Amino acid sequence: MSAQVLSRSAESRNETLDAGNLPGRQRRSRVMTGVLIAATGIAVLALIALLASIFKDALPWLRPDLLTNMPSRKAEKAGLYPALIGSLWIIGFTALFAFPVGIGAAIYLEEYAPRNRLTRLLEVNIANLAGVPSVVYGLLGLGVFVTWLNLGRSVLAGALTMALLILPVVIIASREAIRAVPPSLREAAYGVGATKWQVTSSHVLPTAMPGILTGIILATSRALGETAPLIVVGAAAYVTFLPSGWLDKYTVLPMQIYEWSRRPQDEFQGLAAAGIVVLLALLLALNAVAIWLRARSARKVRW
Amino acid sequence: MASNPLASDGSSDLDLSGQVAHGIGERVIGALLFACGMVSILTTVGIIVILAEQAFEFFRQVPLPSFLFGTSWTALFKTPAYGVLPLVAGTLWITLIALLVALPLGLLSAMYLSEYASPRARNIIKPSLELLAGVPTIVYGFFAVTFIRPEILKPLFPKIGPFSALAAGIAVGIMIIPLVASLSEDALRSVPRSLREGGLAMGATRSEVSWQVVAPSALSGIVASFILAASRAIGETMIVALAAGSKAQLSGNPLEPMQTMTGFIVQVFSGDVVAGSTPYLSLFAVGLLLFLMTLGLNIFSQWVVSRFREVYE
Repeated sequence: MSAQVLSRSAESRNETLDAGNLPGRQRRSRVMTGVLIAATGIAVLALIALLASIFKDALPWLRPDLLTNMPSRKAEKAGLYPALIGSLWIIGFTALFAFPVGIGAAIYLEEYAPRNRLTRLLEVNIANLAGVPSVVYGLLGLGVFVTWLNLGRSVLAGALTMALLILPVVIIASREAIRAVPPSLREAAYGVGATKWQVTSSHVLPTAMPGILTGIILATSRALGETAPLIVVGAAAYVTFLPSGWLDKYTVLPMQIYEWSRRPQDEFQGLAAAGIVVLLALLLALNAVAIWLRARSARKVRW
Repeated sequence: MASNPLASDGSSDLDLSGQVAHGIGERVIGALLFACGMVSILTTVGIIVILAEQAFEFFRQVPLPSFLFGTSWTALFKTPAYGVLPLVAGTLWITLIALLVALPLGLLSAMYLSEYASPRARNIIKPSLELLAGVPTIVYGFFAVTFIRPEILKPLFPKIGPFSALAAGIAVGIMIIPLVASLSEDALRSVPRSLREGGLAMGATRSEVSWQVVAPSALSGIVASFILAASRAIGETMIVALAAGSKAQLSGNPLEPMQTMTGFIVQVFSGDVVAGSTPYLSLFAVGLLLFLMTLGLNIFSQWVVSRFREVYE
């Protein structure tokens, strides 16, 4: 196949290019280098513009009581305390549901599953679930958790919906981490008579844990930034109290940002920008933990 | 135990009963892990059942053909009409604009990172693009409203209103650049070095090797990344909810506000909707259509990879 590709491209070159015209071809090659660098530059520039424009809007509104005040109709007094606490509730419960199930499914697929059609179906299914739009998970949560299980617009319904949303990501990341554990480790354990679960629980999992945790933290950061499914399962837009149990109403950071940015007044646009800075700071902190974990485990274990 | 040959041999001090208990425990654990795996199957079944059940209710009130081919969507008006074409058109416009932004920039960045960049440049640019991928979509929506429209589009098109398909589409495009760049780069890097060396040895220039040797060999991966990008753009919600407006209309002008399928779903829940009413049921019909469109694209991309992948040793 590779030879075919080469000969095909060689033919097309003979038609369009004079192989002897080396200076022209080299000039074209240099122009192409410039185009590639420019395109990459534009992509990076978009990131810089995004961050810079939001920080510029946010700067006048970044004050400490933003984190401790309740939302208010007066922009100067408005804060996102309930949204911050609500976000922690949601990602806490999301993690509680998604991690055991996700890691369990990953262990099943990597260590236990027979190579048959059901397993193949499971794998294809997980890949496809990862591509389902998040708002569709919202409709699923609305139908199953809010209406059918009658959980209403509660933290629990929101967290269960989010857990299903990040489950494919958790499974895929955990599988990769488990697959990276060398087979020799398992064989040594089997060799001294350990059962499958003993091998898994005392050798495979501890070794794979840093990798699993890294993937899990990244999945959690996805849950922290998601808005659409929570709008559908009923995160409230204007909440002036904190949830005290998992059946309470709640709001989350992205929801509060959405609510503020839809208001016409400039002050609330500024508040929305400040909310985004808080959200990005949280995400950055989570990612830093993930990077630290990865670096630590890379140092410690060497095969 | 009486039939245990070991026991009859007199070595009864070898207690194997623990093994039996172990076996039961092992089986319970295996079953639990299998159940964890089945949660993902249940999720898919749940999505299909919930969407199909409510959509079926909806189609009893609004016939399927008038839903699929109707040209007016006024679900929340006093005289509701449920023709989904304006929402589909809005979705396709935004997807098209997003792809026009993301495919060239993503592919060119991938080519740069894979074939040209020094390790140092790569170590700076790749994490930046990954950072771009980790930014929540609501942030891109805010960026579209407060920067892309007033700072970039307004000077070019003075007549642009506060909401437009163009601003939303560009923001969606920026959001999916990292997806295209990272998947295409994976595909380009997996092309074996020997192919490049063969091309260079025959006197091809660097760009000739990149575009006429490496790119064709990685074509299936590149095309798959394009299809996944389209699927992501179709399903994107918060950017369009903030920047595209809430006017469902069939329009050929991307400077006008448009509503997408996802935008409609969010708009309904941002207000009050009575469970079981026709507008409520219409959400599930729209959701089902959205699900089928993205699922179709995802399956298509997997098929492209498995069918056209060039396998090297």
